[in-house]
Amino acid sequence: MMFVPGNNPGMMADAHIYGPDSIMLDLEDSVTITEKDAARLLVYNALRSIDYGTTEMVVRINPLSTPYGKKDVEAVVKAGVDVIRMPKTETADEVRELEAEILRVEKEIGAEGRTQIMAAIESALGVVNAFQIASASKRMMGIALGAEDYSANLKTNRTPGGAELLLARETIVVAARAAGIACFDTVYSNLDDMDSFRKEVELIKTLGFDGKSIINPRQIEVVNSVFVPTEKEINKARAVIAGIREAKAKGSGVISVNGKMVDRPVVLRAERTIALAVAAGVISEEQVL
Amino acid sequence: MRNSKLTSLEEAIRRSGLKNGGTISFHHHFRGGDKVVNMVVDCLAHMGFKDLHLAASSLSDVHEPLIEHIKNGVITRISTSGLRGALADAVSHGLMEQPVVFRSHGGRGSAIASGELKIDVAFLGASAADELGNACGVPRSENAKSICGSLGYALPDARYASHVIVLTDDLVPYPNLPAGIRGADVESVVVVESVGDSSKISAGAIRDSKNPRDILLAKQAAKVVINSGLFKDGFSIQTGTGGASLAVVKYIREEMVSRGIKASFALGGITAHMVKLHEEGLIGRLIDVQSFDKVAAQSIASDPSHVEVSAVEYASGQHTGSATHALDIVILSALEVDTSFNVNVLVGSDGIIRGAIGGHQDTAADSALSIIVCPLLRGRIPCVVPKVTTLITPGSSVDVVVTEYGVAVNPARPEIRERLVAAGIKVVEIDELAAKATAIIGTPDPLPFGDKVVGVVMNRDGSVLDKIYNI
Amino acid sequence: MNKAIAGTLESGDIMVTIGPGEGLQVNLQSSVEAQFGRQIREVITRTLEDLGIKDAQVDAIDKGALDCTIRARVTAAAVRATGKDVWKD
Repeated sequence: MMFVPGNNPGMMADAHIYGPDSIMLDLEDSVTITEKDAARLLVYNALRSIDYGTTEMVVRINPLSTPYGKKDVEAVVKAGVDVIRMPKTETADEVRELEAEILRVEKEIGAEGRTQIMAAIESALGVVNAFQIASASKRMMGIALGAEDYSANLKTNRTPGGAELLLARETIVVAARAAGIACFDTVYSNLDDMDSFRKEVELIKTLGFDGKSIINPRQIEVVNSVFVPTEKEINKARAVIAGIREAKAKGSGVISVNGKMVDRPVVLRAERTIALAVAAGVISEEQVL
Repeated sequence: MRNSKLTSLEEAIRRSGLKNGGTISFHHHFRGGDKVVNMVVDCLAHMGFKDLHLAASSLSDVHEPLIEHIKNGVITRISTSGLRGALADAVSHGLMEQPVVFRSHGGRGSAIASGELKIDVAFLGASAADELGNACGVPRSENAKSICGSLGYALPDARYASHVIVLTDDLVPYPNLPAGIRGADVESVVVVESVGDSSKISAGAIRDSKNPRDILLAKQAAKVVINSGLFKDGFSIQTGTGGASLAVVKYIREEMVSRGIKASFALGGITAHMVKLHEEGLIGRLIDVQSFDKVAAQSIASDPSHVEVSAVEYASGQHTGSATHALDIVILSALEVDTSFNVNVLVGSDGIIRGAIGGHQDTAADSALSIIVCPLLRGRIPCVVPKVTTLITPGSSVDVVVTEYGVAVNPARPEIRERLVAAGIKVVEIDELAAKATAIIGTPDPLPFGDKVVGVVMNRDGSVLDKIYNI
Repeated sequence: MNKAIAGTLESGDIMVTIGPGEGLQVNLQSSVEAQFGRQIREVITRTLEDLGIKDAQVDAIDKGALDCTIRARVTAAAVRATGKDVWKD
């Protein structure tokens, strides 16, 4: 998920050529108070006109408690955004409030249920309420960690190893999995230290995150190289998928690969591996089998 | 010393026998720092010359004062590889009665060699020269001020011009050897205060581009090179100096190291990047017609496997021994590519001249694989278009076009296409790229060209390729 | 109507100044004047007409903005100039 400032038309026009899975156009922190109105119009017009292909489009709105939040929702829902990212989410009620606001606009234009929600958790209270937030609405597609505000709220600083984020990260992954939605890690801002960035991506992949937020196209390759499955993993996954098809063809409930019975988690992991490989372009849909 | 050829500029011109209507020539190795063209033409104007034909290997921003000399009738014809800045704008608006003749570097070399472009007096700036006219672009004393490295574009002039005047700001004792410009070809030597502004002759340390679009294009181009089938031990390569072209070298280098592949030679304008690969043992020889930066200029001064070649030896289409004939892969840029793979590197999409043919025609035609790297869009300007504003390099010489929206392969090269597809590279039709550009930016209105021909583009074989009209 | 500005002089953007005027007067400077000047003026005029603005002086400095950016900047300047937002409060 690549962050793009919502008041920068040059960057908005070509962000998708770098091939991020999703683009988050930002109306919140990267836009000054005096430009909120202009950025909102820019994002609205960009979403309606620019062909972003299959890239998932996310807009980070301003909190509903600000004078900008509701207008942001109206604009981006009318523009047909895929996902609204709600910043600084602390409770499930806030998600439901946003949901009601979205529904109001969707009804107005006859597009009920079209817009999904991603909640950014950026405070201790948000982490404590992570599962409630993650399961607050059927529109919830994911939760994300916003580490700058969170570490400030903890009264600590960000460190290279990220010890201060460990509980939040683990909690968010667990909450997302319990709610059956996706989870995304925070941004890494030092563009000149790609080695430390890679270590952080490896860490969050191990923790179970589905993806990483990035601020520059140069970071995409690192994230992809960490998340893209290896040839060995792909081949193993293919064998499992073949086993499933075989079992289905036989009408058997038992899936086996090379004579060994395969558990459901293995099946799920294999499906995920293949989906990742296809998404990363390592294999095509036709090459799955 | 006995037989010294030292004299003043005015006296040298007088001795040359130059007449009104004659052809004078210059090289552009001092690039944006060149002082020779303006100094000599000022002097010629002062001496009352009229109606001269200025045949330079290239002209740039620094030659803006020529506008006055054209208005005063001192210069009435220009031949060059490129034009930029205010002079280019003025020419595009119809400054001259006679169209500017544009030739590639190889095309200029062969036109001079064949006598098609006959030079009466060549004024050749040099970083060092002795009193007999042995002259070079590398430093030969502690006083060297204006160092440019290779003098490749000046060498055909030195050899074939009727009369040769060397200008230098560092006169050194005989023998200034080895020297590209041989004293035997030189009639006069003129010592001047400065032949070039050294801060503008060469780029300083070249920084790697951090522009993400350049990096994306460079990585794609490197993938194309690596999977082209030509990337094997002993291959040869030439690249341009744009951000993306430079970065390509970096990514190719990584692959050369990991596969243990070495290149036999790198050709053309040589940069610090190429010197680095050469010094690491990844490139055997550097064949240098133009040293783009200080590192390259220092390398050619001291490294015997880094050699100077003339424009003829570099890229002539009429001389079968020229280096481009041995070249495997060339990576080039473009202002525009059209759906027939024709390339324009000379005229902006606003119709104003703003570039140079350089070695584009030559290397694209002779190399085994020519790769054009250009963004689909520069702001709201499309770079893949239905038809180029001006035809510089015919599509028949262009094999692959790399853009941020995919790679297009000339249908004449199905085997290349097959290899790129097999490597998982996103290969698209060139028509799709043009359509994509239109979808994003709309269809540009036709340019309001006038009916006066301001430029003629020559093909390297001496035929006319295209005409440029006033705007 | 007051005078108001929106947009920047960054590449890919357009800076639009809208103020009181009689009829729609569009004064455009563009880096792509030859190829897109006519179309840019059309987008500016149409955007203002869609907003119901019939009288305004528009000064625009374009740095190669796409049509969607031009619409956004013209709308933003118009909203600021008239004080009438396009979104609900």
